[in-house]
Amino acid sequence: MTNKFIAVEGIARRYPKPGGGKTTIFEDLWFSMNKGEFSCIIGHSGCGKTTVLNNLAGLELPEDGVAIVDGIAIDGPSLDRAVIFQSHALLPWRSVLGNVAYAVSSRWRDWSREQVNAHAMKFIEKVGLKGSEHKKPAELSGGMKQRVGIARALSIEPKILLMDEPFSALDALTRGALQEEVRRILLETGQTAFMITHDVDEAIFLADRIVLMTNGPEAMIAEIVENPLPRDRRRIDIHKSPDYYPVRNHLMDFLVSRSKTFKDEIPVGYDKRHPPVVRPCAEPSATPGETRRKVA
Amino acid sequence: MLASLNARAALLSLVIFFGFLLAWHIGVQGTKAVAPMDPEYARLMGVTATQGKSAMPGPLDVGAQIWKHLNEPFYDRGPNDKGIGIQLAYSLGRVLLGYFLAVMVALPLGFLIGMSPLMSRAFDPFIQVMKPISPLAWMPLALYTIKDSSISAIFVIFICSVWPMLINTAFGVSAVRKEWLNVARTLEVPPIRKAFTIILPAAAPTIVTGMRISIGIAWLVIVAAEMLVGGTGIGYFVWNEWNNLSITNVIVAILVIGLIGMVLDQALAAVGRMLTYPE
Repeated sequence: MTNKFIAVEGIARRYPKPGGGKTTIFEDLWFSMNKGEFSCIIGHSGCGKTTVLNNLAGLELPEDGVAIVDGIAIDGPSLDRAVIFQSHALLPWRSVLGNVAYAVSSRWRDWSREQVNAHAMKFIEKVGLKGSEHKKPAELSGGMKQRVGIARALSIEPKILLMDEPFSALDALTRGALQEEVRRILLETGQTAFMITHDVDEAIFLADRIVLMTNGPEAMIAEIVENPLPRDRRRIDIHKSPDYYPVRNHLMDFLVSRSKTFKDEIPVGYDKRHPPVVRPCAEPSATPGETRRKVA
Repeated sequence: MLASLNARAALLSLVIFFGFLLAWHIGVQGTKAVAPMDPEYARLMGVTATQGKSAMPGPLDVGAQIWKHLNEPFYDRGPNDKGIGIQLAYSLGRVLLGYFLAVMVALPLGFLIGMSPLMSRAFDPFIQVMKPISPLAWMPLALYTIKDSSISAIFVIFICSVWPMLINTAFGVSAVRKEWLNVARTLEVPPIRKAFTIILPAAAPTIVTGMRISIGIAWLVIVAAEMLVGGTGIGYFVWNEWNNLSITNVIVAILVIGLIGMVLDQALAAVGRMLTYPE
């Protein structure tokens, strides 16, 4: 259907209702991602974001439809798709190196121990944990644990990195520093990534495209927002960009009101298979008020 | 200056210990008035009747007896007179053999039950019925089918240690965190590797707790089992010394049983500490 790197085509998730019948969390959901792109999905709790991510990871299979990565339909978990878990999910009986090496040796089963450790160390250094490689996860702070999770996911050199609110359990300072590093590492490696978040600023800083999901049940993709900010943005001064407030206001407006009301006032010409793509940016003529501009 | 809590606790333990010894010593002093009797008759009656000595041995008698056993723990003067070391070796041998047989069965079966909800439900009624059976109730059946008293005792140890290990292993395996299993799934870890690298280390503390409960029960049961089957072992020793009316030896055996039980328990506690991971 599409020649996109990652395509989600008509997936659905339904829960059995207590009295019989089923509650539809979402159905007929379509979107796609390009190679090397960072996509975020934003929406309120209960809209099925985590299910979408689990579908992409292969941890759950969609009830209808299919998710396709690089031309192959997902039928289960794969080393091509690494997951960074919200709760970091490190193995507490293994050291930092042991945790990363476990992933590396799962990826390249015929590698020698030296090869595995050297490769793992490369990624431990990349996330700035050199010197702590022999510590157990219990000896690390929350931010360091999540760095190990990131190193573990990156070390298997996946086609796509899937992140389920990876920074939500961290304090604000650690979160900011880690976001910056993740963006730097992903840009360096050209890694395709998909992330769930609640945090509008996190989405604006990290993502190239932001998928907006309306409230569940019967959630749908309202639109896909293209991030108008320059690619070499830095976290400390993104708010100085003229496009920052237009895109931020657009996202906030969606989360606060349109995520609830979208269902009742579906725009004319809305097509589930091709959700509208918008690029909110400052008007060149600087007219206040209307900042939304439709692309394509 | 206040000494550390440990030092104060040790001091208090010593005070309690010597207080107990003193009370025991005073309690077994003979106070009964002795009626004069014919010397021929007195020779038949022994010191309890003639000098008013208590029939219960005091701490000094027990201490002397312990010293005697320590000097010669492994003597063997026929079937009814063996050193306490030999008897303990027999008991420990039976316990360890029955216990390791139970480990061989309980761990794999517990894994199976823990990993499969179907197996868990299918085995549950049997486990629930078998678990509360006193291990000694199996003894006649074991003697009848096995026709060897020593192996029957080992079987009884096996059957009493298998349940706590089985139940704890199944619980530990079924309670492995889903996120760790998801890590294994996203890394495409094959089932055998997953069992040894994720499930086993994750469930190890729970499994060792079951093993610790089991060794405790096994050591409790061996004394009773050996009283029944006779011949050798510390349980038989206790019963034999009761028949000899050597209360001193019975008390020594009680002490030794307690000490060995503690050593077994602490050994598994140490293994548990090694395998426990802080989160």
